[in-house]
Amino acid sequence: MNLKTTTRQVDGVNIVDCSGRITLGEGSVVLRDIVKDLLGKGQKKILLNLGEVNYIDSSGIGELVSAYTTVKNQGGELKLLNLTKKVHDLLQITKLYTVFDVKDDETSAVKAFR
Amino acid sequence: MTPERRSFTLDSTLETVDNAEQAANEIATQIGFNEEEVLQIAMAVREAAVNAVLHGNAYDPAKKVSLDFEHTAADLVITIRDQGKGLDPAKIPDPLAPENLLKTSGRGIFLIRSFMDDVQINPSTSGTEIKLIKHVHGPAADGKEASQ
Repeated sequence: MNLKTTTRQVDGVNIVDCSGRITLGEGSVVLRDIVKDLLGKGQKKILLNLGEVNYIDSSGIGELVSAYTTVKNQGGELKLLNLTKKVHDLLQITKLYTVFDVKDDETSAVKAFR
Repeated sequence: MTPERRSFTLDSTLETVDNAEQAANEIATQIGFNEEEVLQIAMAVREAAVNAVLHGNAYDPAKKVSLDFEHTAADLVITIRDQGKGLDPAKIPDPLAPENLLKTSGRGIFLIRSFMDDVQINPSTSGTEIKLIKHVHGPAADGKEASQ
C-alpha cells in the first residue's frame, strides 16, 4: 500500500499520521510534498506519526533525512512518533535513531516542541 | 514444492523494483525462511533492483535487468544483473561515517550487506552483477548458522 497521510494540529504542532510504505517513487514523493506544503504555510513544528508505516526502504530513509534537514534549516523541528519495529530497526542499523528525535507518546511529543 | 531455480528478465522501470521484491518475498517464503528473514531478503533484492534500474540502466528502456534465484541445499543465491556502466564498490561511501549520516542517499548497498550473509559485487564494462547469498538453515541445511 502506498503512503497515505492525514494532518491534524494539536497545540500548534502539525501531526502527520502516515500509513503504508515509504519507498522509492510515490511514497517518498507524498512525504516530500506534505512537508513542503506545511513549510510553505509557515508550519514548522512537524510530528510524523509513523505508527502505521509498515515498510520503508533506503529511499524512504533518505526522504526522512531530507525532511528532517529541510525543516531544521528553516528553523523548525521535525520529530518522529510511534515507530514500528521494522522502522525502528532500520533507523538503528543506519545510525539515524539518535539523529532523529523519536517519541512514543503523542502528548509528550507535542509538549517537547519549543 | 520448493523452487530450485527461477529466472526473470525485467524492464528498467519502477514496477520492476516492486516485482523483484514480490518475487523474492514469495520464493523466500516457499523455501521456509522465517518472517524476518523473508523481509530482509525481499528488501535486499528491492535495493539491488533499485540500483540496477536507476544507477545501472538509468531507466533506459533498451536495457534489461535479469534476476535469478537459485536454491541449493545450503543457500539461497540471488543474482541481479544490469546493463549499465558498472558500479565500483570501492567508490561507495560509508553511510555510517559522521559526514555521511545526513545524506539522503547511499544506504542501499549497506542495507543489502546488513541483511544478507554474503554479497558479491562484480562490475564490468557491460554492467554490474550483484550476488546476494542467504544461508538456508533447518532440515535442508548443512548445519551452518546464518552469521551477521
